[in-house]
Amino acid sequence: MLYFLRKQKYLIDYTLSSLLRRKGKSLGLLAVYSMIVFMLASVTLFSHALRHEAGLMLQASPEIILQRMEAGRHAMIPADYLQRIGQLRGVKQKAGRLWGYYYDPAVKANYTIMTGGQSETPLTNIIIGTGIARARGLDVGDYLTLRSQNGEAFSFQISALLDDKSELVSADLLLMSPQAFRRVFNIPEGLYTDLVLSVRNPREVIKVVEKLTQLLPDTRPILRDEVLRTYDSVFSWRQGILFVLLTGSILAFVIFAWDKASGLSAEERREIGILKAVGWETADVMRMKFWEGMIISLTAFLIGYLAAYAHVFYASASLFEPVLKGWAVLYPQFRLTPFVDGLQLATLFFFSVLPYIVATIIPIWRTSIADPDAVMR
Amino acid sequence: MMLLNPAIMALVMVSAVVCLMMLLASGFAVRVLLRWDIDSGSERQLRLERRTYLISTLLIWAFSFQLMSLLLFIYNAESMSGQFVGAMCATGVLNVNAWGWPTLFLKMGVFFSGAVWIALNYLDNQGYDYPLIRYKYLLLLAILPLVITELILQLLYFTNMDPNVITSCCGTLFSAQSEGVAAEVSGLSPSSMSLGFAFTGVMVISSGVWVALRGQNGWLFALLGSTAFIVALMSIVSFISLYIYEHPHHHCPFCILKSGHDYVGYILYVPLFIATALALSVGAVSPWRGISSLTPTIESIVPRLSWIAVMFFALFYLVATWSVWTSHLTMMEVWW
Repeated sequence: MLYFLRKQKYLIDYTLSSLLRRKGKSLGLLAVYSMIVFMLASVTLFSHALRHEAGLMLQASPEIILQRMEAGRHAMIPADYLQRIGQLRGVKQKAGRLWGYYYDPAVKANYTIMTGGQSETPLTNIIIGTGIARARGLDVGDYLTLRSQNGEAFSFQISALLDDKSELVSADLLLMSPQAFRRVFNIPEGLYTDLVLSVRNPREVIKVVEKLTQLLPDTRPILRDEVLRTYDSVFSWRQGILFVLLTGSILAFVIFAWDKASGLSAEERREIGILKAVGWETADVMRMKFWEGMIISLTAFLIGYLAAYAHVFYASASLFEPVLKGWAVLYPQFRLTPFVDGLQLATLFFFSVLPYIVATIIPIWRTSIADPDAVMR
Repeated sequence: MMLLNPAIMALVMVSAVVCLMMLLASGFAVRVLLRWDIDSGSERQLRLERRTYLISTLLIWAFSFQLMSLLLFIYNAESMSGQFVGAMCATGVLNVNAWGWPTLFLKMGVFFSGAVWIALNYLDNQGYDYPLIRYKYLLLLAILPLVITELILQLLYFTNMDPNVITSCCGTLFSAQSEGVAAEVSGLSPSSMSLGFAFTGVMVISSGVWVALRGQNGWLFALLGSTAFIVALMSIVSFISLYIYEHPHHHCPFCILKSGHDYVGYILYVPLFIATALALSVGAVSPWRGISSLTPTIESIVPRLSWIAVMFFALFYLVATWSVWTSHLTMMEVWW
């Protein structure tokens, strides 16, 4: 065992010094390799972090959202539906929600307007997200005027800004009292946008939904799990599309690696010839080349991965942002929570290191079987 | 749709690459079987001898990729459980259609045969006259269909995934009331299962020690090792997992890989798989003692491999016993 380890150590030692002797060539390969890992890792890290974020965000949302449908479109739901639902076993809490969108021509953007609890916000006060504050140049104490449905203008004083930690969801959010919401959007008492139900036991959700659809046939229930599942597959699907697009560059890299490994300079050929002449066997030369590949692969993987980490979590993934998360006028500025897992690393490894190894096996073998006298002649 | 998931793309790509490598190697294997003649000094024989280096490297890589893809497959199944209705862990995802479990078993099969092939290859390369070359390439030709079937099954599995199907997860699959192999296994009487587990454990370790000391009869160790492997997997489903979850009805063999149970599954499965692969290799290596060019190598590696295998088996049984011992679940009055 000790003999084996010592042998590998000497081989690595030799490989390192031979790589350093050919600085230009090794660095060129390393740069291209790291670039490939960097691109793949950026995409992976970014989409995983977004998925993670979406999961965290939805954790606090209610299990079931109930919307009334009218001719296949979402319509306001009467408050007495809450009574019609009555006491459903397993439902912990049910309530009506008021929310909507408001188009602000001044900044050409849509705000999402929601209502807080009855007493939380006074009638003339609003709380806004940092995205709106940035776009309109507003701060606490300033006034924001909204035009109501029938043309009247309402001024609201901004009593607070929403915490920028939640900016991913709250950038374009505007919170007001339910009364104010009804005045601005001209919604009569007794109507809600939708209903939310929270269910304590996740296994009962499906049953509760079944009862709801029987009780209120004109409604459509939306499950939190469904939303989560959709996010999950949409993000991995987008990541997959990017990967497919990057396949071209991976293939180019494979050809490049193949070419680098097979097109040996006369110098290197002589080196291998001398090694064989002094007693190295074919297997030894292949082992040496194996370590060369490992050293380059690991270094490139490390450099590429770290660069991607910095790119995604410190520079907000500026290169791939629009494709992966979509875009909007009031787009949130946010820093993602770093999220790394084994599956991610393994997938990345298969997309970068495996092609390199496969591409170099045959060229390495070709160089290793060369006869010493033939190459030194 | 599902094929665009990056981990799935990686898995399909790995299987395709492994398949290609195996095909390349098999083409060579056929040529060796027909034309190999160690006594000849012809150009063709020289070319064949040189090519054996390439083929061994290719196959060593192919089998290591295969091992990684086995791990990735389980890991991926675990992580996709969020995307299917009713799936809470890998069991549910494997159950999405009929191809999930066969793919997993085939991957395991390819892993073990690959390990045996690598052992044979190593042994053969130690003899100056390549005495086993025909056997090892025959074995390779036998592994090839496994690899191709695996590629096809895996493709069928991933392309037929329908996220709208409600799958049954470990709760229903591994409950003693339902039907099917998984249920049969969970329904096995835990008392006799634990006796069998202890018995095969003692047998495999003592046979390993015996083979390690004597340096022969490796087939016995291989036979007992694979029996112990199967009994161990059945025991994990039948009673060990119950103790880990501290729940008298939860039989799932994958949930123990989760963080909630301190990843104890890895400490169970990894040593078990390594030990079984080594035991099988001992069995494959030891019958060739009679060949004079191999005798010294066999005399040195059979004991070494056996000791390592015994060590890993012991580790597995210790961890399993330990998790039963420290569990708060008591089934004393129920099972006995």
